[in-house]
Amino acid sequence: MSNYMDIIASCQDKAGGIIEAYHAIQKEYNYIPEEALREAAKAFKLSEAQAFGVATFYSYLSVKKRGKYIIRMCESAPCHVAGADEVLKAMEAYLGIKVGETTPDNKFTLELTECVGQCQATPVVTINSEPVFNVKPDMVPGILAGYK
Amino acid sequence: MAQEYRVLLEHADKINPESVAEYVKVGGYKGLEKARSMNPKDLAEEVKKSGLRGRGGAGFNAGMKWSFVPQYPETKYVVCNFDEGEPGTYKDRIIAQKNAQALLEGMAICGHAIGSNNGYIYCRGEYPFVVEMLKNAIGNAKESGALGEFNIEVRMGAGAYVCGEETALIESIEGHRGEPRFKPPFPGVEGLWRMPTVVNNVETFACLPYILTNGAEWFAGIGAKGYPGTKVLTLTGDIENPTYFEVPTDYLLRDVIYELGGGVKGGKKLKAVQVGGTSGAFIPPQNLDTPIDFDSMGAIGAALGSGAVFVMDESRDIVDIINRIAKFFEHESCGQCTPCREGTHRCKEIMEKINTGRGSLKDIENLKVLARVMQKASLCGLGQAAPIPITSTLEHFEYEYLRKLV
Repeated sequence: MSNYMDIIASCQDKAGGIIEAYHAIQKEYNYIPEEALREAAKAFKLSEAQAFGVATFYSYLSVKKRGKYIIRMCESAPCHVAGADEVLKAMEAYLGIKVGETTPDNKFTLELTECVGQCQATPVVTINSEPVFNVKPDMVPGILAGYK
Repeated sequence: MAQEYRVLLEHADKINPESVAEYVKVGGYKGLEKARSMNPKDLAEEVKKSGLRGRGGAGFNAGMKWSFVPQYPETKYVVCNFDEGEPGTYKDRIIAQKNAQALLEGMAICGHAIGSNNGYIYCRGEYPFVVEMLKNAIGNAKESGALGEFNIEVRMGAGAYVCGEETALIESIEGHRGEPRFKPPFPGVEGLWRMPTVVNNVETFACLPYILTNGAEWFAGIGAKGYPGTKVLTLTGDIENPTYFEVPTDYLLRDVIYELGGGVKGGKKLKAVQVGGTSGAFIPPQNLDTPIDFDSMGAIGAALGSGAVFVMDESRDIVDIINRIAKFFEHESCGQCTPCREGTHRCKEIMEKINTGRGSLKDIENLKVLARVMQKASLCGLGQAAPIPITSTLEHFEYEYLRKLV
């Protein structure tokens, strides 16, 4: 696992590179740890409040610790009419958590998202950004069992 | 007439989008060569003459947009808006995944017209795999010399619908919160890092190589006169063929649904179609014989927008869908200006009340007032467009609201 200090340093020369740094940190840690946020603020010459303001503006970034696999259920209109609510309920039941929570073994975090641009096969779920298509409630256990 | 007309997607799945060699074999990079043989003013004039209008939703003449860029500053930017966040839209992803080199070529053509060698592609965070592909495509184009001195860097968005607004997008590239700026000054004069900047959509850029290769007259002769060319559409919802199509812009909405789309799923009747993404108007079946171009859609109180076509069958609950859409806008409002921040919140609150059977006629009146205020007073297109699904369904589907009132 790369150190967040190295990641920040590698983006530091890019103008406006703090969001790129956040993406790279999140790729390694699945979220942006508070220490990394403080370091990014220093590197990009922002106040900690500003650096925090940027990180929390974007729904794809998280400052809260998350699990190994981040499940995002699309709830935009095309997925909504295709039955996203039922899929979400099946996810919550299978994982035993509510939206926004992480399983006690830190394996799965369940989130809602708006459109992920894969509307040819609704409803869509992304797991660590990989789309899963045409998800039906009864497919949920089978899909999630594939993530070790 | 129920045929696709493929220009941008003619070689889809037949060439490797990362490969310059394969793109050149099908005529690629000839447009840039021609563009570079012209002086920048004539180039912008040629694009203006083609009638190409912005494919992101605003429909502004592309050549005209370029002509606002002043000559004298040394640093200028060409920015590609690849933030497509309108629910039901994935046409920019398709164009990039099938024909990435045309996008890069188009950006370089724009670069020549405005005198810039600095390109940025702002790609939405939901497409990390496309970002990787684009980086490879750019690497190949640079290595082969196809782009010459023109450089392109890819920046990734992070899940903010408002960043599709060009000044919010610029703020985001600069590493800030994606909050729209006041306009004027427009980006053409003061954009990225306060320098002149052209922001165009993926599809707009991808049209340019074909315009230059085949001539402005050729492009101006395709489809609708006022909004010529082709348009890539994405069909979603209750439709037999939920996929993408490229059609001339005078193509009828009815044919999109019943010919290319194969009709409403399961042979059901159509209740409504929403064109242009979640901020688009709901169109009733009696308006289906309308061409999809910008002006024809505008004439029926709708918008072509991003080209998303969301089909709803007779069994769908319009109020429930509008409630969902209201939640979308509440979530995506950046919170900077009051009419949008408070307005989207109250819209959501009232829609939920109506949807759960607790609403009254007074709530509908309040929605109408709220919509007027938001449309007139919001800073950017997000707040201005957010009430359109509500007002258009109150116009065409009022009975759906009335039957849910107390």
